Amino acid sequence: MNRISVNVDGTTYEDEVEPRLLLVHYLRDRPALTGTQIGCDTGNCGACTVDLDGASVKSCSVLAVQADGGEVTTLQGLAQDGEWHPLQRSFHERHALQCGYCTPGMIMAARDLLRHNPDPSPEEVRYSLRGNLCRCTGYQNIVQAVLAAAAAPDSVTAPAAGGEQTWP
Amino acid sequence: MSAFGTRMNRVEDRRLLTSGGVYVDDLRVPELRGAAYVTFVRSPVAHAVITRIDTSRARAHPGVVAVYTATDLTGLPAPQPFGRPAHSGGFFAELLLAGEKVRFVGEPVAVVLTDARYDGRDAAELVDVEYRRLPAVVGPAEALLDETLLFEEAGTNLAGQRDRDTYDDTVFDEADVVVEREIVNHRVACVPMEGRATAAVFDGTRLTVWHSSQNAQRCRSTLAESLGIPSEAIRVIVPDVGGGFGAKIGIDRDAIVVAWAAWRSGRAVRWAESRAENLVAMTQGRAQLNRIKLGGRRDGTITAYRLDVVQDAGAYPRTSTLAPVTCTMAPGVYDIPHVQSGYRVVVTNATPVNKYRGAGRPEATAAIERAVDLFAAEIGMDPAEVRRRNVIAADAFPFRSATGACYDSGEYGAALDRALGAAAYPRLRAEQAARRDSGCVKVLGIGMSVYVEMTGGGGETAKVTVDGKGQATVLTGSSTQGQGHHTAWAMLVEAELGIPVDRITVVHGDTDLIPKAVGTYSSRSLQLGGSAVHKAASDVRSQARRHAAGLLGVRESDVTLDVGSGTWHVADDPGRFLTWGQVADHTGTASICADVEFASDRPTFPFGAHLSAVEVDTETGMVTVLRHVTVDDAGPILNPVLAEGQRHGGIAQGIAQVLFEEVRYDADGTPLNATLADYGAVAAADLPDFELEAGETPTDVNPLGVKGIGEAGTIGSIPAVQNAVIDALAHLGVRHIDMPMTPGRVWAAIREADAERRSPR
Repeated sequence: MNRISVNVDGTTYEDEVEPRLLLVHYLRDRPALTGTQIGCDTGNCGACTVDLDGASVKSCSVLAVQADGGEVTTLQGLAQDGEWHPLQRSFHERHALQCGYCTPGMIMAARDLLRHNPDPSPEEVRYSLRGNLCRCTGYQNIVQAVLAAAAAPDSVTAPAAGGEQTWP
Repeated sequence: MSAFGTRMNRVEDRRLLTSGGVYVDDLRVPELRGAAYVTFVRSPVAHAVITRIDTSRARAHPGVVAVYTATDLTGLPAPQPFGRPAHSGGFFAELLLAGEKVRFVGEPVAVVLTDARYDGRDAAELVDVEYRRLPAVVGPAEALLDETLLFEEAGTNLAGQRDRDTYDDTVFDEADVVVEREIVNHRVACVPMEGRATAAVFDGTRLTVWHSSQNAQRCRSTLAESLGIPSEAIRVIVPDVGGGFGAKIGIDRDAIVVAWAAWRSGRAVRWAESRAENLVAMTQGRAQLNRIKLGGRRDGTITAYRLDVVQDAGAYPRTSTLAPVTCTMAPGVYDIPHVQSGYRVVVTNATPVNKYRGAGRPEATAAIERAVDLFAAEIGMDPAEVRRRNVIAADAFPFRSATGACYDSGEYGAALDRALGAAAYPRLRAEQAARRDSGCVKVLGIGMSVYVEMTGGGGETAKVTVDGKGQATVLTGSSTQGQGHHTAWAMLVEAELGIPVDRITVVHGDTDLIPKAVGTYSSRSLQLGGSAVHKAASDVRSQARRHAAGLLGVRESDVTLDVGSGTWHVADDPGRFLTWGQVADHTGTASICADVEFASDRPTFPFGAHLSAVEVDTETGMVTVLRHVTVDDAGPILNPVLAEGQRHGGIAQGIAQVLFEEVRYDADGTPLNATLADYGAVAAADLPDFELEAGETPTDVNPLGVKGIGEAGTIGSIPAVQNAVIDALAHLGVRHIDMPMTPGRVWAAIREADAERRSPR
């Protein structure tokens, strides 16, 4: 077992973990941040993409011990005081999600793209997101949403809550 | 007030965008605290007799709760074939865990329950299974030979057949030209981003199962039958679902074993399959070998068509509908005097096949649309012109097709012309010619399809309640896997009752709350589920009018609902009004409720036309889709935002099948691409933006006038793209290339045509 200390979405967690524990399982089990999803075993689908110390990583391909002393941001850490991240807002406005399973990773990957290229072309968006698979949207609205967020990067207020069921 | 045509963003997005939703494996409910992890031991060989299973080492591994094999499942009711089997003889039954024989790589042989997640993998490795290998049957053509049998007692690999004995060759006598060819509609994986996931707990009385499914109620009935437990003792809850695409209709054997393990062990259990498991053990789609034969005259008139289907069912025939649907939809949009269709269903040593986006209709459309292009090439006529001359006329509806389907409404020729117009078809042809003349290595191909499909049919339930706070709750039998039901149902209720969307709660996927339902598949949600919601809301409105009249002391006919403000008032006196809350409060039960079931006796027949322009690099075989123009006509559109999303996703899956995706096996039946590193799931960089054209021809089958649109994009795009690639190479003599049209295969076709042209006759 290894002792690790990781800051996730602004909160620091201290834990004893198995050396082989994947970061994605750590995030989902320890702080119960289940917004980060698992879609494959091979690092190809990108559903588990998070930010580790300023770098975009697929958390199924990183060990929890590698995040020791590090800072992780997940989808669940993006909104601040009711202010959505511009990508959250634009994904909503452009209908860039359907089942929502790939969405956390997609948004985290898009966030990384815009950090490095604040004004991407549609082709650059498509190329940058090739490591994130979506089965529902055909990608068109995702690309549009990323372009829209790039065009209007100011932080934005979340839309009103809709009436829908919550789980469990 | 009608909500139809309103572009509204989704109410369900908020939760998905901030917390990431709650899928089965995200559940952190108290009932599942300390749940054991389920890990399957799966067959690594395609066809073998199990000579020995030794679980002792696995059981001795630290943290192992239990290890179960087929022998632990004896005593259950006679093993149920899942779904309705294609064969009535019962020879092809599927067990929950393989006992004496395995028939595909990935077939579950044992399960391990462990306290900790990773211990499951370790312990599963320690289950010692000895296999005596048998020759594998790979592909439907080999299965038909009956040289190796999967089910010895059946004496054949043929699990069902129909109508082949009625083929009559004389119908082709009147044709000037007959084209005939075998085409492959290859096996593809469904790949929802969330794989299968199940959690279960048995509290001594009731079994609660959380399952990622398209219909909770069918899960419950299948569980009851398979486990011999009364339905009332089972609760199935379906939380957020990360895509279904047909593969999550109901519940299959692996998930049933998980539920059983909870009941047997007394422990709460949870299972979320890995992608490697998903790609071998979740049902797959298509897998048809089709022989097409089309006859017609040189003036372009099609006179006869035959479609002969061989359906690869995989190791166990789990569905009885795919091949029959393909046969029913065989003639597509064309008015052909003579149509024959029939099928054979065979078992092979591969993952079982079941429904996948379109489920039988894409296969039929791909076949006829390919046949029409072959015919057009043979008589030297523009494929658009051949289609124009043969589509069913707009004044012929309702139209009884030669295979017995009753097409409700359609404008097939208009859809084609709209697609051609939007794509500037003559200009594309001119560019194609210019590229060919210039000797450019990147040639242009233009492909089209006109399609009709069959959606819905049957019934669905809905319950709408308005309470004393003026809030509405919708219980719907139609569940969502991302289609946007919460938004659509709230829009329907708001339009009828004037209660704003943010005061409407939509609930689905819980058998305790919604015991009777059919679920989401076959693009049936809006036409059946939506009609049920609309009917329930109308009923609530009628009841409320009665109550409001009593409270206001006037006749019912003098009471008006102002949908804009959501208030009931006296007709000529807007000052005398009641809110929904006030009306509901005074009913005696403090709510107004309608519980309805809507049923339609007929399916609907959405239709459309797709045009695809592709570029083929003749030096590499690489295909790039440049443009994809579609007219998908599913009647009136409730929320264009949702409909466009469905169309985008459908087109992408269609293009993916044509160009990239295929489940492949080696000669031993071992999967060759069972990870997302190898399986070519389509990515953003592989696709262009799509160009969507409108078309809203209503149906009279339901009160909303709507048809299904969820599968249209896939059905229309597949033949359009395939035809486009072949069209690009037509001048080189290429007449057909099977899917997936990978660079290697396209390049080989170019080389072959080239060699044929050069060879002396």
